[in-house]
Amino acid sequence: MKPLRKRRLTFVISIVVGLGVAVGLTLYALNQNVNLFYSPLEIVSGEAPKGPLIRLGGLVVTGSIQRNPDNLKVKFQLTDNAENVWVSYEGILPDLFREGQGIVTMGVLQQDGTFVASEVLAKHDENYMSPEVAEAIKKAEAEAKARVKK
Amino acid sequence: MLESNKKLIYILPFVLFIAMTVLLYTGLGKDPTKLDSQLIGQPIPAFEKTLLLSPDKTISEKDVQGPALVNVFASWCPACYHEHPYLMQLTQSKTVKIYGLNYKDKREAGLKFINDLGNPYDLILFDDNGRLGVDLGVYGAPETFVINSDNKIVYRHVGIVNLDVWQTILKPKMFPEANEQQEQGAK
Amino acid sequence: MIPEIGNLALAFGLALALVQFVMPLVGIATNRWRMVLVAKPAAIGQFIFVALSFACLAWSFYINDFSVAYVASHSNSSLPVAYRIGATWGGHEGSLLLWAFILSSWTFAVAMLSKALPALTRARVLAVLGFVSIGFICFILFTSNPFDRLIPIYPIDGSDLNPLLQDPGMVFHPPLLYMGYVGFSVAFAFALAALLEGRIDTLWARWVRPWTQAAWMFLTLGIAAGSWWAYYELGWGGWWFWDPVENASFMPWLIGTALLHSLAATEKRGVFKAWTTLLAIAAFSFSLLGTFLVRSGVLTSVHAFANDPVRGTYILIFLGVVVGASLFLFAARASKVSVTSWYNLLSRELLFLVNNLILVVATVMILIGTLQPIISEMLNLGKISVGPPYFNLVFTILMTPLIFLVGLGPIVNWRQHSFQDLVARTRYAAIASLAAGLVFVISEFERQATDLVQIFVGVFLIAWVIILNLGDWWKRASKKRSSTLMNLHKISPSFIAMYTAHIGMVIVVIGVVISSHFSVEKNIRLGIGQNEVVEGYQFTFEKLTDVVGPNYDALRGHFTVTKNDEVVARLEPEKRRYHASGQWMTEAGIDASLMRDLYVALGERLPDSNDWAVRIYVKPYVSCLWLGGILMGLGGLIAMTDKRYRARAKQTSKSSDSIALEAV
Repeated sequence: MKPLRKRRLTFVISIVVGLGVAVGLTLYALNQNVNLFYSPLEIVSGEAPKGPLIRLGGLVVTGSIQRNPDNLKVKFQLTDNAENVWVSYEGILPDLFREGQGIVTMGVLQQDGTFVASEVLAKHDENYMSPEVAEAIKKAEAEAKARVKK
Repeated sequence: MLESNKKLIYILPFVLFIAMTVLLYTGLGKDPTKLDSQLIGQPIPAFEKTLLLSPDKTISEKDVQGPALVNVFASWCPACYHEHPYLMQLTQSKTVKIYGLNYKDKREAGLKFINDLGNPYDLILFDDNGRLGVDLGVYGAPETFVINSDNKIVYRHVGIVNLDVWQTILKPKMFPEANEQQEQGAK
Repeated sequence: MIPEIGNLALAFGLALALVQFVMPLVGIATNRWRMVLVAKPAAIGQFIFVALSFACLAWSFYINDFSVAYVASHSNSSLPVAYRIGATWGGHEGSLLLWAFILSSWTFAVAMLSKALPALTRARVLAVLGFVSIGFICFILFTSNPFDRLIPIYPIDGSDLNPLLQDPGMVFHPPLLYMGYVGFSVAFAFALAALLEGRIDTLWARWVRPWTQAAWMFLTLGIAAGSWWAYYELGWGGWWFWDPVENASFMPWLIGTALLHSLAATEKRGVFKAWTTLLAIAAFSFSLLGTFLVRSGVLTSVHAFANDPVRGTYILIFLGVVVGASLFLFAARASKVSVTSWYNLLSRELLFLVNNLILVVATVMILIGTLQPIISEMLNLGKISVGPPYFNLVFTILMTPLIFLVGLGPIVNWRQHSFQDLVARTRYAAIASLAAGLVFVISEFERQATDLVQIFVGVFLIAWVIILNLGDWWKRASKKRSSTLMNLHKISPSFIAMYTAHIGMVIVVIGVVISSHFSVEKNIRLGIGQNEVVEGYQFTFEKLTDVVGPNYDALRGHFTVTKNDEVVARLEPEKRRYHASGQWMTEAGIDASLMRDLYVALGERLPDSNDWAVRIYVKPYVSCLWLGGILMGLGGLIAMTDKRYRARAKQTSKSSDSIALEAV
């Protein structure tokens, strides 16, 4: 009976330890690596935190793209048709990055209200709009209308 | 004591699985193809669009008059080819007004589509940049919106329209009065 | 006509799958021997009809029959023949048909190669497989029929296969992956049969092992092929994105790996019986779950096809029925098969237990990360997302102890092992591995502390696993008075398979550790004639030419790479524009070798200039990722060749059949 008990005990302990580690690790990893999505309207109204990595999505404003002639630095505006936010980025833009296209960027909001992107994501299908961006635009427009009425 | 504990352990996977299925099911329920309630009952969004067949003519939301269907189509969408013959049939009955929204298409391609397959639409709006599509909350083609006589959106259908969809879903939404009368008549 | 034949054949396949499911079970319940025997011919017939159906779809693609809606939306007359055939599984409907076809192929293989099985077990296994077939064929016929026609009016030309999928890697990747996914259905069917019978023994484990090894091998190769495809086709040099679709294939792989080990323990020592059945059920359940996640559109991903709630609901119900029923069966019957047996705290059994625990925990963590968008939406946590950093962190932490165990696994004995002996056998390896780690740390001392820790742990583990596995291999070989590692007559293939797969795994780790810490990636602006030096390699942008492909136009950049004034490679990255869809695609130019990959991709032409945004990467040892994957697959293949699986089978075939006959 004794070895049997012992085995049971190791089994139970290992499962408890395993689950404990798993839960702890999940909470820690989630805490560290969760990125919230914000729309330009939310950025301008000050809802987005400055400092942590967040995602910002919207349509690229026509005529807003400015490139640095010497390197790959680029600035452009993103809009949800309510507010615009300046985004700066250095690197290669995806194939489907163009004016009017809905994109999602990942980066950090600066103190001056501009957004420094470390990643620019555009979906590979040009007839596809990220649901997040589409929803943000719809919401922002509704809010903009509400404001006008006031 | 030990034995019953053991039995419990064997039941655990089943319980966990049930919990996960419930989770996945709620995920399904939140499918983006269900239109957000905020658009239903709203008037059609404001727009200024050229017509596919006459590029120099521009119309706005004021030129749309319900009850009507707004059908989102594109030459790049295979299901639209599938749907088109039924729209042709539907328009021949002369009871329904159908607006077309040529969504994110090239004008030549859109024109070719209409020339090849026929034109069931009263007017075709050309939405080259997809802006009106965004306003309507279009995720892809084909989609069909039902507009009532007050020019308000009453329903959004994702996927192709066929006889069944028209009879059971779109028609009752479009002519609720007729439906009620029928029901009352039945009573 | 051909598509209608395909449709009809699929319907016949469904009818035979029904027979294959119902007749044997009814036969067993009512003691009707003839009904039990129907299972095998029904399975063979089902395979023939489903294969015919699949061939019909492939033929429709081959002859460009655009009156078939599925062909019209996934092919184009200018698409090269190989991609037209590959396009058969380029979309939702076709990939499901491929799924059903592969399932019926596995069923066919089980029916043909199971002479050794007791007739009742075989009938039960085939019945379970038949049930899975029914679910899938119904799904195809009722919600996603690839044979639907666009009649009377159909497009003159198709709208083309997604250019991303127009690639040799994509022609092979899905079939390999599905062979793996679906292959776990065999282990699943065996597990259910065992639960129904209420008996699991060494013999059972011995039947299941080769099937599991085969499925695992295909899945390993499929995942490797997919990662290779992502590396050179997506255009930014990444090889794993923790995309939901990738996770969907990785979760069954992890569970499958756990199953392989647990089966070994069940065969050798008769332990973990209930656990092994649970893993067999789980491996296939995760395959189904993966199918659900990909097909339902619950999660949007790079690879996702159009979402359709009806399809999602169907798969969810099917998933619920299959997994729910099997877990229910498990809950009811598992206590019958489970046994209590003895092993010490330090023993191979314990290592396997820890191995299984880690793999299962890793799977659950990936599952949580993958389902997180749904979870957070349900709990109203807002639009949050966990990206690759979450997965990387979790996975690295979990894999570290696992890889450490891979070094010990072959050494530690079953039942018990003395701690002193283990220390004695591993101390030199430990010292050597620590030294290797330190050497790397010292040579890279200017890096950040977290980097150094990762490099140290990585190098230590790599050295540890290689030294211990090769050392043990060598010892085993020389014990048998032979000096070559490959002395197949003396060492059982099982051992060679184990060493190969373990070393393959550690080679993957080499690829991961070195390529993620020592790659140099530069995104720069480069004009024609200009050059850039990266890691001692001088990349010169020589010229840009126009290229006309079969169904695309392309701009091709010509890069010469020199080192010490010697030309080492010429790279030709392309920017392609596909005619039918108008989509732009980036084709990277890669010069691959064991030690390093040189990688150039064209970004975009910068406006108002002739300069291009160019990605230049030098990635050391990145090819180890795929080399290691192939080695692991090879390990699976070698494992299957073990004569034990067949030799014993012959011995038992007669007796088991006669037992079965008596039983009936």
